Amino acid sequence: MIRVMLPAHLRTLAHVAGEISLHVEGQVTQRSVLDALEVRYPMLRGTVRDHATQRRRAFVRFFACEQDLSHDLPDVPLPQAVATGAEPYLVVGAMAGG
Amino acid sequence: MSGVRVLVGTRKGAFILTSDGKRDRWDVSGPHFGGWEIYHVAGSPADPARLYASQSSGWFGQVIQRSDDGGKTWQPVGNQFAYDGVPGTHQWYDGTPHPWEFARVWHLEGSLTDPDTVYAGVEDAALFRSIDGGQSWQELSGLRDHDSGSSWQPGAGGMCLHTIVQHPNDPGRIFVAISSAGVFRTDDGGKTWRPTNRGLHSVGIPDPAAEVGHCVHRLAMHPARPDVLFMQKHWDVMRSDDAGESWHEISGNLPSDFGFPIDVHAHEPDTIYVIPIKSDSEHYPPEGRLRVYRSRTGGHEWEALTAGLPQRDCYTNVLRDAMAVDSLDPCGVYFGTTGGQVYASADAGDNWAPIVRDLPAVLSVEVQLLP
Repeated sequence: MIRVMLPAHLRTLAHVAGEISLHVEGQVTQRSVLDALEVRYPMLRGTVRDHATQRRRAFVRFFACEQDLSHDLPDVPLPQAVATGAEPYLVVGAMAGG
Repeated sequence: MSGVRVLVGTRKGAFILTSDGKRDRWDVSGPHFGGWEIYHVAGSPADPARLYASQSSGWFGQVIQRSDDGGKTWQPVGNQFAYDGVPGTHQWYDGTPHPWEFARVWHLEGSLTDPDTVYAGVEDAALFRSIDGGQSWQELSGLRDHDSGSSWQPGAGGMCLHTIVQHPNDPGRIFVAISSAGVFRTDDGGKTWRPTNRGLHSVGIPDPAAEVGHCVHRLAMHPARPDVLFMQKHWDVMRSDDAGESWHEISGNLPSDFGFPIDVHAHEPDTIYVIPIKSDSEHYPPEGRLRVYRSRTGGHEWEALTAGLPQRDCYTNVLRDAMAVDSLDPCGVYFGTTGGQVYASADAGDNWAPIVRDLPAVLSVEVQLLP
């Protein structure tokens, strides 16, 4: 299972508390994780990625294993520690604005 | 006894204020959607239990929330606002072409007859409609496809479609207002649109009497007299007696004819309300005195309403969607400020009192009459 941590506002929107566990078919990439997230929690569609372009929203970041993966291509495999569930995949609201 | 429910959108959440028909004691619920900008919360005219809220954030974009129980519980519905076809471009601030990009929903307007049908006015300016309770949205693209569309330019607040006024008896006729393009009218339910800005005069655009390009801030109509429209423009308070075919100025003796909201008394079609603001750069009341101005003559002659409002050191603004009236007798009038106060008058504006004083900056105020 893939562990995903959402920022507080998206946890509220999705009515979840704490970490989410997702089953992801096939290769574990940012695209496949976010696809699985949006299938399970359709209210999150458009809040992490743009509906049409699927590009990351400007003030959202993706971290894992103490690395910033925000600028990686979406189909690059995630670190093995994320794929095995040893480490969570973090969706983070950027420190910006008020 | 009937009650009222005031729906308040703020920079950091929504609040719901309820009272009985006396309107002197209030219950406050909220913040709902705390931390998010709530541009607008609107009730369906066809079913007061049905509410829609526009929830947005610079981080997470647009969410639309729907309640079927008067705001006790909410569910997120559809948030995909895709422009029809190839969106094309409008003018950017520097005059260059700029692709149409969805930013947020400014205003939601429920159908007069169907709780599942709701219109959304968005930035960049376009009109969307949902006929399934907000689950999916389709653009009424005839508006943006108007010949002038590529020349529309954003105002300082963005290029937003902020006002939607439905004819009470003719479902084909809708007025919208866009900053800063002006007023457009459809007579065929949104398929085709034409600008209705004749008589507007705006200094600050190359042709002050241009067909399109005016920064209209707000429109208001009384349902008993749907051919009469009132307008608060960037500068000037205006009136049309022919469904927008022509406009004439009614600013009269106002201390400033700049402002944002305008509204009409629920039972007196010639009684209108504005809140003068000093100027387009000094967005606060003249002399630091918060005054609602009321005309009982359909314009030109205005009286200041001050009882219960701060008459010194007040430097808040009142935004375009932040005033509303109820249909009790006497008519209630409500407005919210960027300082977080929501003021109410239960006697058509003669006397005012704050319902709440310390909310986040108020973006919108709507009111519903409850059975």
